[in-house]
Amino acid sequence: MAIAETTRAQMREVLDRYPRKRSALMPLLHLVQADEGFITPEGVTLVAELVELTEAEVTAVSSFYTMYLKRQSGRVRVGVCINSLCAVLGGDEIWDALVDHCGTGNNQTTDDGAVTLERIECQAACTHAPVMTANWEFLDDMTVEKAKQVVDDARAGLPIKSTRGPVVRSFAEAERTIVGVDDGLVAEGDHRDERMMAGLRLARQNGDAERSADAERRGAQKVKGN
Amino acid sequence: MPLTPVLSAHWDEADSYTLDGYRRHGGYDALALAFAKQPDDVIQLVKDSGLRGRGGAGFPTGMKWGFVPQGDGKPHYLVVNADESEPGACKDVPLMLANPHSLVEGVVIASYAIRANHAFIYIRGEVPHAIRRVATAVREAYAAGLLGQNIQGSGFDLEVTVHAGAGAYICGEETALLDSLEGFRGQPRLKPPFPAVAGLYASPTVVNNVETIASVPSIVTNGAEWYTSYGSEKSPGVKLFAVSGHVERPGIFEAPMGTTMRELLEWAGGMRKGHRLKFWVPGGSSVPLLTEEHLDVPYTYEDIAAAGSMLGTGTPMVFDETTSVTRVVTRWLEFYKHESCGKCTPCREGTYWLVDLLRRLEGGVGSDDDITRINEVSAQIAGRSFCALGDAAATPFPGAMKYFADEIALGTHTPASDLYDPVAATVLAGVNA
Repeated sequence: MAIAETTRAQMREVLDRYPRKRSALMPLLHLVQADEGFITPEGVTLVAELVELTEAEVTAVSSFYTMYLKRQSGRVRVGVCINSLCAVLGGDEIWDALVDHCGTGNNQTTDDGAVTLERIECQAACTHAPVMTANWEFLDDMTVEKAKQVVDDARAGLPIKSTRGPVVRSFAEAERTIVGVDDGLVAEGDHRDERMMAGLRLARQNGDAERSADAERRGAQKVKGN
Repeated sequence: MPLTPVLSAHWDEADSYTLDGYRRHGGYDALALAFAKQPDDVIQLVKDSGLRGRGGAGFPTGMKWGFVPQGDGKPHYLVVNADESEPGACKDVPLMLANPHSLVEGVVIASYAIRANHAFIYIRGEVPHAIRRVATAVREAYAAGLLGQNIQGSGFDLEVTVHAGAGAYICGEETALLDSLEGFRGQPRLKPPFPAVAGLYASPTVVNNVETIASVPSIVTNGAEWYTSYGSEKSPGVKLFAVSGHVERPGIFEAPMGTTMRELLEWAGGMRKGHRLKFWVPGGSSVPLLTEEHLDVPYTYEDIAAAGSMLGTGTPMVFDETTSVTRVVTRWLEFYKHESCGKCTPCREGTYWLVDLLRRLEGGVGSDDDITRINEVSAQIAGRSFCALGDAAATPFPGAMKYFADEIALGTHTPASDLYDPVAATVLAGVNA
């Protein structure tokens, strides 16, 4: 597969964001994956030219970061958080069930090329444990049943709705979003779930929110008075 | 303590993440107030507020800004550390999802104060929805003249670049983050020189956490006096606490510093039904665990330190009596082993040793010598690596030994899974009804 002209244009746009070319290296590697699915030799060569480094220097960087892949993934990369908290709350059971269900192991792809399973580290969503991801979109408060459903839907080519995020898109599209390309999906995925709202709802119920806002107003009046 | 929603005050509005939603409640009003002051006065205001870094270390923010040499003829940079990856930490990503403009406004004010004309927001790559919302907020701010050239006629110019990481916990360490942002492997630098003197591209740079920077607009608007009316003298203000684990209602609670774990636990609905607290970790896996006897310790840097732990990210993980402490600690060490960047030998090799030894204990085939060796290896790592990842890796086991030595010693003959049924510890529906 070749890197498309539209992607090359995005790469040039990314280069313009930084005072020094080398700083664009990481987003450029994400864009290589958007077209190629993983860090290919062709991608390394192109990035090396763009940032004026050797291919060895580019590979030295790409091999350091776990999101840069060494081989093609399935259509949906399904991550299961196995860090302590998620593991204890059910992540280990979910992982075992998915390994069984898919007949694959870590970083392996189902025979139909649909799903790559991955053991992932903390996703900054511990209030929503056990946590999973599908092409990096959040799948919060997971159970074994829901996890199997995600895999089944991925294999059937059905849409997977993330929790705090949009309907899961392709790995390639996710990589473009990661480098900041506007995908028009910013309004998707209501953030106002039970966990996110826990404190604010309580504060509204018991009048704390109002008192807090009053204190802010008094402070602001003082600032203006000065 | 009351709850004090400031950063989270309008998260229940569907469009809280948009420019309109933010402006509806006075968003970007702080900007004009800041531009009306001299940059040094903004630094002084933040110093007076006592705001401390919310990323874990708790360094006084205004002081950090004050370290940037002025009139040195070099470009200055602000870098926001949005690489939230500490196990247990889940406050910055929610903030970026629900209120990214508070971060962007804080970026403009902080950059103005330290006289930086280019700021970077380094977000971990694994959270596309947070990237989407922050990148969109930045685009909206440019379109509204809140970023770019001559912002609001102030004569101040600022470019903001949203930069995504690619999966490396170590890039949450500020100097590793800077190396990563320069396009290198994310490995920590020896300090000094500190970033304030030689940071990004060897220029003076301030690196601040998301919550720290997002707190700045409210301080500018409401004043240092308002901010210091919350919390303690050494730990003023309010903060986002995120309670996770074996509680009835995990979630995010914004409250004054000095709130106790007992209060947080109450807000979270208490321990899940029929269970009791075993241990809790105040601020990420890198700080020592505490127990029930510490529930009334105020959540301030000084009080939590006096209790033998650290405030860290202020995001408590709570575990009940069904949990094997050996299993939890082993998994954390597997994490540090996986995330050690390999630069410093004690951390690179030590984390491997610790995982091997801990797995023996978790599997019930450890020995007393193993326990001694784990303590020795931990002591060999602590203080002998460039950055705090090494120290963090050396923390969980000695911390657990302090309260659970007897349980850990059972690992010399009985597997953890025999002592604590892993299924009983899960919250999976139907399993523990």
